[in-house]
Amino acid sequence: MTRAARLLAALRRNLLAAIPTALGIVILNFFLLQLAPGDAADVMAAESGAATEETMRQLRAQLGLDLPLLSQLMAYLGHLAQGSLGFSPRYNMPVAELILQRLPGTLMLMGFALGLAFLLGLFFGTVMALNAGRIADRALSVLTLIFYSVPGFWIGLMLIVAFSIKLGWLPSGGSETIASGKTGLDYALDRLRHMILPGTTLALFFIAVYARLTRAAVMEVAQQDFVRTARAKGLSAFAVGRRHVLRNALLPVTTLAGMHIGGILGGAVVAETVFSWPGLGRLAFEAVMRRDYNVLLGVLLLSSLLVIVVNILVDLLHAWLDPRIDLR
Amino acid sequence: MVGTEPLLRIDGLTVAFPGETAVRDLSLAVEAGQTVAIVGESGSGKSMTALALMRLLPRSARITGGSARFAGRDLMALDEGAMRRVRGREIAMIFQEPMTSLNPVHTIGAQVAEVLRLHEGLGRAAARKRAIELLDLVRIADPARRVDDYPHQLSGGMRQRVMIAIAVACGPKLLIADEPTTALDVTIQAQVLDLLDRLRRDLSMGLLLITHDLGIVGQWADRVVVMYAGRKVEEGPPGALLEAPLHPYTAGLLGASPRKAEGLGYREARLAEIPGSISSARGEAGCAFAPRCRHAIASCRAAPPPPLVAHADGRMVACPVLAGSGAPS
Repeated sequence: MTRAARLLAALRRNLLAAIPTALGIVILNFFLLQLAPGDAADVMAAESGAATEETMRQLRAQLGLDLPLLSQLMAYLGHLAQGSLGFSPRYNMPVAELILQRLPGTLMLMGFALGLAFLLGLFFGTVMALNAGRIADRALSVLTLIFYSVPGFWIGLMLIVAFSIKLGWLPSGGSETIASGKTGLDYALDRLRHMILPGTTLALFFIAVYARLTRAAVMEVAQQDFVRTARAKGLSAFAVGRRHVLRNALLPVTTLAGMHIGGILGGAVVAETVFSWPGLGRLAFEAVMRRDYNVLLGVLLLSSLLVIVVNILVDLLHAWLDPRIDLR
Repeated sequence: MVGTEPLLRIDGLTVAFPGETAVRDLSLAVEAGQTVAIVGESGSGKSMTALALMRLLPRSARITGGSARFAGRDLMALDEGAMRRVRGREIAMIFQEPMTSLNPVHTIGAQVAEVLRLHEGLGRAAARKRAIELLDLVRIADPARRVDDYPHQLSGGMRQRVMIAIAVACGPKLLIADEPTTALDVTIQAQVLDLLDRLRRDLSMGLLLITHDLGIVGQWADRVVVMYAGRKVEEGPPGALLEAPLHPYTAGLLGASPRKAEGLGYREARLAEIPGSISSARGEAGCAFAPRCRHAIASCRAAPPPPLVAHADGRMVACPVLAGSGAPS
């Protein structure tokens, strides 16, 4: 079998294995959400100011909240089996449609943040490893420690203060200028400008994680025997670094980077809320506040699927990077 | 050979680490097409000599003196750019650990091709074709298929052949082999050494063979340099040197190697050991071997250490005690 065919076979097998995982996640989440006090009827009643017992009962019957717990779960799973994520009375639209509207925004933000984190992390880590113990290493160590330990919402707010309010360079929220009528390149640039602050907020923590991983990996690889072989061939320091050191240092970095992808979804909730970015994270946050459990379950299911898929992709990437890994 | 410049002439080479001197005032010469063996136990400075020649010493080490004339230049005085053009092209090196000396994420073909593309400016296809020829040259079976294998798919002996293919790819004038067979099975050792010897003759390379195995020396070397604690203590042709060592350290090494003695099989012959360890040489003002030497006399421990003295048959030895009386008992 060719390498590509083996990759495809491994992908299919992994996706099939993911189904029971996803089912387990749905059921677990369903029960977890029941632990939260109040339901959608309570929230609606509170928002309207007052409601009689009678209206509340009607509302619950309408939303199916008066049924026994197991019946509710079976009903939800029944929908799911038919490919439906249910209906959101709040937004008055199917949950799937709602999520699909928000998904691209979150994927773009995540992609931007991950790309930024990976590039900068790799760069910082390499610089730190090559200057280990010297001033550049120390300075970057302190910087990454700050990135690592300062909470995302605070960084987000400070970035807004600095770049939106004081300097006025970048927009403070949203994903595009509303009704700007921009098209083509202008439009893309506008989107990018809106992405910089939330993307950076989200990325900083992961820059720190990847930088520290890369530093350790590069230092480890740099003293391997094959690096000496490469130097004995007469290769320049740059060629040795790129083809031999960094290429091998990528192996541990990608493994651990893959494990952090779930975390970036969690971070997206904060970044999207601070920057009023129309994405899944903010949708989930709003759904919690409104006890809109159909939406929340849908978001959680999709997030878990996203993490599963990304983990599979990371596995495949790893197998592609490291010929010693046999795809089974 | 008199009057012509040898391929490599090391003169007074000294390599120092902070607080320690790894190689002290070492001089030796390698003629084109000749195999010179450097022998000594771990810590005697053999590997540091090799790395100094390639200018690949660890960062903390410094070349504090001496020169190494190679093809009309002093290797110790070349800048990094010029040295890069020497490495892999004019002087190549193979290492002790074939299991870890190849990059695990590139095919062996790519690793052979890399050096060809670098020094000979070959294109991708031409370099691959040459790589297959080189794998064939080092006797790897079915090279056209093996070229796409990764190192982990090969045995230790095969990997060392790949290392040799990389080393001889650009037809170097000098090949440095640092314990090339130490990590290999005995049967494989002989094959690899035979291969090195054949390539040395076919490509008329000089071969600097670093080893601690005197058995290898007797069979493959044209000349032997014995090092102890960073110094050359004895040098000569292997036949005479192994027959009648003039330095107690050489004698000790010989006594510690399994050999068939008169009337005895391997199993009955008792191996002698050299008492103590090489660390006792540290801070010794006189002969570095004196603390372990059973022939030592008072003057051995006084500074300066005994100089190298020339003897018959082109032999040199740095021991005044034994040199006069012939082989030690």
